Amino acid sequence: MQPTIAQTTIAQAPCPTLPLWGDAPTSRAPGWVYTDEATYQQELATLFYGKHWCYVGLECEIPSGGDFKRSQIGERSVIMVRQRQNRAQLDAGEPADIYVVENRCAHRGVQFMRERTGNAKAFVCPYHQWGYKLNGDLAGITFKNGVIKIATEGDNKGEKIKHGGMDEGFQDCDHGLTKLKVARRGGVVFASFDHSVESFEDYLDPEVLHYFDRVFHKPLKVLGINRQRIPANWKLMQENIKDPYHPGLLHTWFVTFGLWRADQQSQMIMDAQHRHACMVSRRNDGGKAAVTPGATLVTPGVTSFKENMKLHDNSLLDIVPEPWWSKGCAAGTGPTVVMMTLFPSLIIQQQVNSLSTRHIQPVGVGEFDFVWTHFGFADDTEEMTQRRLRQANLFGPAGFVSADDGEVIEFVQQAFSANPQARAVSEMDGTSVHNTDHNVTETLIRGMYTYWRKQLNV
Amino acid sequence: MSSMDTMNFSTHYAICALLARSDAILDSNDLASWPDLFITQGEYRLQSRENFDSGWALSVMHLTSQGMLRDRIYAVQETLYHDPYSQRHICGAPQFDAVSDQRIEVASNFLVIRTQLGKLPQTLAVGRYSDVLVKIDGTWKFAKRHAVFDNDVLPNSVIKPI
Repeated sequence: MQPTIAQTTIAQAPCPTLPLWGDAPTSRAPGWVYTDEATYQQELATLFYGKHWCYVGLECEIPSGGDFKRSQIGERSVIMVRQRQNRAQLDAGEPADIYVVENRCAHRGVQFMRERTGNAKAFVCPYHQWGYKLNGDLAGITFKNGVIKIATEGDNKGEKIKHGGMDEGFQDCDHGLTKLKVARRGGVVFASFDHSVESFEDYLDPEVLHYFDRVFHKPLKVLGINRQRIPANWKLMQENIKDPYHPGLLHTWFVTFGLWRADQQSQMIMDAQHRHACMVSRRNDGGKAAVTPGATLVTPGVTSFKENMKLHDNSLLDIVPEPWWSKGCAAGTGPTVVMMTLFPSLIIQQQVNSLSTRHIQPVGVGEFDFVWTHFGFADDTEEMTQRRLRQANLFGPAGFVSADDGEVIEFVQQAFSANPQARAVSEMDGTSVHNTDHNVTETLIRGMYTYWRKQLNV
Repeated sequence: MSSMDTMNFSTHYAICALLARSDAILDSNDLASWPDLFITQGEYRLQSRENFDSGWALSVMHLTSQGMLRDRIYAVQETLYHDPYSQRHICGAPQFDAVSDQRIEVASNFLVIRTQLGKLPQTLAVGRYSDVLVKIDGTWKFAKRHAVFDNDVLPNSVIKPI
């Protein structure tokens, strides 16, 4: 039984002059959801700093004790750091903890860690030298007990006098760094500012977790990071990867070489709350016709399809199937592409041999940083590493099938900034929210807005 | 070997002309002849300083043959939907590192400005080229052009090579 969406109660729009959702509770998002500052602040508080698991990084980025890496949750800077173990713990082979703390001194709020990566014994704020253990505990404050001087004149001449210092009631344990709750699975680190958040496994649901585990099943190796700043609201990137309808139209490479097109065997899968999604598909051979008799030919009318397009160098299409693609299905029949959106901050990409996490880091209501961490597996052959790197030409800020995504969502933002009263129409495949076994649908976008409206009460 | 005394004026001039020609083509609306400045196995790589300094192999573009360069130019012209823009290379004087009759290593700074319709010009990328040039049939060509940009983040997408 496919879940459907009941009509939700229509609440107030943030500004009386802005339109409500009317009779389209999830399929016709008004433009202000991308442009309204108050709504954005509410999103940060509820989605990024509330009871949600946000992506931080990969464990293999901090392999040794004391290794740290700065990351971002919403607009807040956080530090992911690996515990320094003592000799006994190391000898016993105990697994090291990973801590995530906010990069904000508890004293005056200095974002004290400026390096992006490194190794630390402790964290010390440069401003007044408050020092912290790697787990965020306050370890010490210079002049905590004041400065002792000997009186040189007056009645108490020769006595020790204490200048300054903290009051008796000042407790170190009340003044540590903000510690986040940490979830680790398959070498990926997530964190939440709200310690009452459900378990990561419950957060994902079994079906989504299956596809997460399919990728993150053995030790990883980072191949590099690309960063782009996209002048669009952060949700537009979530929507882009919840929209299986566009790749076979916008992206010539996908449709011409059969990497993603409307006639492919596909599944659109959501968690029970419709916040996350998996776009699962198996590539066909490309070319004009790869369909069964009587079926619609998908290339006529698709202006991006280049029937006679030939590459001068085919090495980008040197695709080698990997056994793990078929986890949970018969060998050799597994999907060739699974694009996962983990709400609110992460996209996980498997496009044939190219793998990446794409981290959404909002920097304002109309702008976000999109951070691509390309990775492979620690036991990859050099040949496979080179193949993943070659295919990385398809993805990233200059990618053959992703540079144009950054462009189009910028244009969406421009139009809604100029006209927040206007509304989007996400009604391909109807207005309901349900898993599908095809990719000609916008159901995943509607699913996200079902959840978003509930969370923000708008 | 590293000295200007081994380089005569005509070689120096030929190298400067090659570098200037690459900039001029990439700033024009006709990019098709750009791959001709490379040898058949020529390599073009656009990489962030973060990846370069970390020893990570990932690039933003890594094209390892003249054929791949041609495919990229085709994409810029035919398949990659993007906002129309012009770009302008402002490049520094070349610094010659290893010079021989048939092979020269040279580096130079670049600043690439992008101008979109209705917007003020914007820095697309700033960084340094490290080039390996070889002389083929009397003509100097790129065997390798490695552009490492300082930007921590790129302003949205990079469509044309820089």
